[in-house]
Amino acid sequence: MSTGAGVVPAQAYDRRRHVLDLDDFSAEEIGEILETSVSMKEVLGRAIKQVPTLRGKTIVNLFFEDSTRTRISFELAGKALSANVVNFTARGSSVEKGESLIDTVRTLQALGADMLVMRHSESGAPYLVAQHFHGSVINAGDGRHAHPTQALLDLFTVYQRLGRIEGLKVVIVGDILHSRVARSNLWGFTRMGAQVVLCAPQTLIGPESFWKATWPELTISSNLDESLTGADVVMALRLQKERMEGGLLPSLREYSRFFALTAERVALAGPQCLVMHPGPMNEGVEIMPDVATSAQSVIEEQVANGVAVRMALLYRLAGE
Amino acid sequence: MSEKQILAADDIRRAVTRIAHEIAERNEGVANVALVGIRRRGVPLAARIAAVLAEIEQVRVPVGILDITLYRDDLGLRGPAPVVHATAIPFDITGRTVILVDDVLYTGRTVRAALDALTDLGRPSRIQLAVLVDRGHRELPIRADFVGKNVPTARDERITTRLHEVDGGEDGVFIVRQD
Repeated sequence: MSTGAGVVPAQAYDRRRHVLDLDDFSAEEIGEILETSVSMKEVLGRAIKQVPTLRGKTIVNLFFEDSTRTRISFELAGKALSANVVNFTARGSSVEKGESLIDTVRTLQALGADMLVMRHSESGAPYLVAQHFHGSVINAGDGRHAHPTQALLDLFTVYQRLGRIEGLKVVIVGDILHSRVARSNLWGFTRMGAQVVLCAPQTLIGPESFWKATWPELTISSNLDESLTGADVVMALRLQKERMEGGLLPSLREYSRFFALTAERVALAGPQCLVMHPGPMNEGVEIMPDVATSAQSVIEEQVANGVAVRMALLYRLAGE
Repeated sequence: MSEKQILAADDIRRAVTRIAHEIAERNEGVANVALVGIRRRGVPLAARIAAVLAEIEQVRVPVGILDITLYRDDLGLRGPAPVVHATAIPFDITGRTVILVDDVLYTGRTVRAALDALTDLGRPSRIQLAVLVDRGHRELPIRADFVGKNVPTARDERITTRLHEVDGGEDGVFIVRQD
């Protein structure tokens, strides 16, 4: 077992301290998190949506990159467990005065942070922080590398809807090259025994050999219509315009023509197929508005489930 | 390790029946009573008490399940966080007499957590406690209203309850001594 950035040794699962990616999670551990998430969802359905479990713990949301749903989701999760939640955004902080990442982390530690939830545009940044922080670090998205909590909430959403993950055909379509969501979902879905298909224009996926080296059982395709046959889940990724260097796509219109989720395409998979998207969506580019709001879409459920899954993770990390 | 049986299947059955009668008597019927079993072995015990009440009082009392993991005071003290199982109380507890059911009463910390969990879900008019075995050594000012059997124990002994719904096989309560 190795971690993506190769900095921190993989944690034995019964002594997990950090959640950096899903590569060091066993199927058993993921299963336990999914089960605990069911209970957390029950808590969120109550009139009083709060339990005292993490009273007195301090969680810092350390966001160096913009985020709406992930940050709010972590904030709600921490508060539902009665933790003190502090939001840190790079803008307006000493980072603008040139404070380094490690100095920032040492400062937060001195201020009494027990857990750091961290988003950063540099791949591997949370691994560096984990080496310098005495508490737990949760990766809330690092560059193109990993977004493990998004993958866990995707797994949870599929598991709640379809009752299993093993044996499902999961198609991930879009800007795979720039997508940390795709990579963490690959670890999660393959570890739980699903069959994953990555579908993208060749310029947005890179060489097949790169993927096959880690996931030999993976299917790579640039034909979405073909990939959708027999699919149980199709997940459209956001076209990451802000990460896109020139020349990867002829035009957004051309991309849409071949790779957007339209009602006709989803019909190829059949009415049982779940439609997912990690958000934020470019409606009309990678997914059509009518598909995003159709009965097959579980996109809003993904967002709601995110709070429950993050509660389950915060709870587990506090138990060490 | 030695194991001594203190309650056999028949003893458990009689204890459950007696507790059900006491519940009906103490509350002058069970019209306003609900049972809530604490995971795991309080759950089948609550169901058994409800079955006896259905027979003797002709009333089906609502039965719920409480998982107290999120209310424990020892998270981080006992190793990895255990999986949290669902709480399922599909009725409004506000205004009812809720009877918490568990297999063994020991330090009282589980019951303390259960009281917190329950009051987060509503405002019962009264909460009572029924246990199959009270083994003493309370660390909190908590007592049971209905007790199957009082069993004097030493702190280094363990009480093991086996109920067929959870453990399979035959019912029994045992004292386990480490030799």
